[in-house]
Amino acid sequence: MMKKILELNNVNVSFHTFAGEVKAVRGVNLHLEKGESLAIVGESGSGKSVTSKSIMRLLPEKTSEIKEGEILFEGRDLTKLSNREMEKIRGSEISMIFQDPMTSLNPTMTVGKQIMEGLRKHQNLSKNEAKERAINLLKLVGIPNPELRINEYPHQFSGGMRQRVVIAIALACNPKVLIADEPTTALDVTIQAQILDLMRDLQQKTGTAIILITHDLGVVANLSQRVAVMYGGTIVETGTTDEVFYNPKHPYTWGLLSSMPKLNSAEKELMAIPGTPPNLLNPPKGCPFAARCPYAMQVCVDHMPDVTDVTSTHKTACWLLDERAPQVEPPEAALVGGAR
Amino acid sequence: MVRFVLKRLLYMLITLFIITSFTFFLMKLLPGSPFNNEEKLTDQQKFILNEKYGLNDPVPVQYLNYMSNLVKGDLGVSFQYDNRPVSTMITERIGPSAVLGVEATIIGTIIGLILGIAAALKHNTSIDYLSSLFAVLGISIPSFVFAGVLQYYVGVKLGWLPVALWDGPKYHVLPALSLSVFVIATVARFMRTEMLEVLGQDYITTAKSKGLSNLVVIWKHTIRNAMIPVVTILGPLAINLITGTLIIEKIFAVPGLGFQFVSSIQLNDYPVIMATTIFYSVCFIIVILIVDILYGVIDPRIRVAGGKG
Repeated sequence: MMKKILELNNVNVSFHTFAGEVKAVRGVNLHLEKGESLAIVGESGSGKSVTSKSIMRLLPEKTSEIKEGEILFEGRDLTKLSNREMEKIRGSEISMIFQDPMTSLNPTMTVGKQIMEGLRKHQNLSKNEAKERAINLLKLVGIPNPELRINEYPHQFSGGMRQRVVIAIALACNPKVLIADEPTTALDVTIQAQILDLMRDLQQKTGTAIILITHDLGVVANLSQRVAVMYGGTIVETGTTDEVFYNPKHPYTWGLLSSMPKLNSAEKELMAIPGTPPNLLNPPKGCPFAARCPYAMQVCVDHMPDVTDVTSTHKTACWLLDERAPQVEPPEAALVGGAR
Repeated sequence: MVRFVLKRLLYMLITLFIITSFTFFLMKLLPGSPFNNEEKLTDQQKFILNEKYGLNDPVPVQYLNYMSNLVKGDLGVSFQYDNRPVSTMITERIGPSAVLGVEATIIGTIIGLILGIAAALKHNTSIDYLSSLFAVLGISIPSFVFAGVLQYYVGVKLGWLPVALWDGPKYHVLPALSLSVFVIATVARFMRTEMLEVLGQDYITTAKSKGLSNLVVIWKHTIRNAMIPVVTILGPLAINLITGTLIIEKIFAVPGLGFQFVSSIQLNDYPVIMATTIFYSVCFIIVILIVDILYGVIDPRIRVAGGKG
């Protein structure tokens, strides 16, 4: 067993809105091992971004709250740290890449300065040392002519190049954990592939553990060793990428896999999961997916399913895995490639 | 940069030509003549006066004469004030107006920025509400109300500062303060909105995710970006004050330009009307140019576009 670097135990996050309390994350358990890459997948509003932002404590202070649970980073509970202590961890131990490179860089500051800021804060480098390191970082993320480009402003970079800058900023202080919140969503497909290649490459070079947040299963297969599937603020299935892709157990995972376009499929239309995600202002007391699940039973509506261990790494929260439940086979469309 | 400024200077001349022509013909549409009020003059005498100043010529001829004098730098003489050259009348009067205007703009901008920033950082708290309340009052209550209040309490009751007239720095405080209220309110309101807008941007989250302290995030990443739109409104705001404000000048008996301008319109003193309008326009156009250049200093995206243009 490898060493757990980050562990989320029963994390609950709520937002206080005019309409009431929105329970965006409800009892999430996750762990990240040193140097591994974990993907969190799910549709919009499933709580994946909120989970990641709560690790960084970047949620708005006034309107949100980590209500319960602990987030252990190397044994320290991040939810209990003061803002001061948290500043020391942000950017140096745990850092983050954001979705939209067009808006995540400050338009009135040169990219060099934006990279150097974190370095100077966390590593006490002199101006020249920080500049040298920034040039090396730009070289590392594949930006040509870094000596010149370091003095340029974000608007002089293309989208893909900006995302490389964002990655350079995140990697500046050699973080132990890198959280990538949909890093390729805002990019076009060819650039997506380049950025994914870059991230895989950098992970091998630096040994940083990555939490990849995405709704793109293709990206997951590319980059991650383990997957957690989120729905309605809870994790419905986790396992190694192989387990979740080739032996999925949760009907929501089936739905996700079915709605992925396939090259060899004769079907002209893409499958979709009917219905909409639950309103987390009033979360259902049972399984959040019950309302959209074709296999739902009465018990699914009434009670939250327990987590069942399929293997030592593969866990699913679904009543279908209960021994009293009827045997259900996943639909044809959910079988990926050479599935069993 | 040089090309940019030269191009702008050319545009300025064209703009100025259009403004001058428009004003000239509009002014001629006004009823009455400069000498109508002089009841003691006979028609014969009025005719001679009109003849002397070329007012009997057809309007297009007067226009051409005026423009050719203008190109030579001759703004003409006042009809009302003993044939005094208009240019000296303006230079004599602009001093107090400009000093007051600059003072009010500086006071207003500094206090306004502080209020706006504080309101945004303490969004939805009593500081925010107080600052917003002040902004609404400052924008909706005319400056002469503040002028009166200040004169009465600070000038008369407390006797700390002179109530009116223009004789040294002490005399600047009350009129400058009354003028600055509107600036404070406008700048504060703008800065608050812009700060809130910038604080919600993704790059602020990026800055926080680097582990920067709140102070650094606000100082280096927020304020500068929020300042950009504020700079645009500062230009016109400042120029309005610098070129003189009739009411405040009148209340505080400041010998400024604003008062002279209004009386020249009442008296159909054509050369003074024209010269003051041209002077206002030149000031306005120059300030807009300065604002555009400042814009480029703050915002690198505009710097590049301007350099190419």
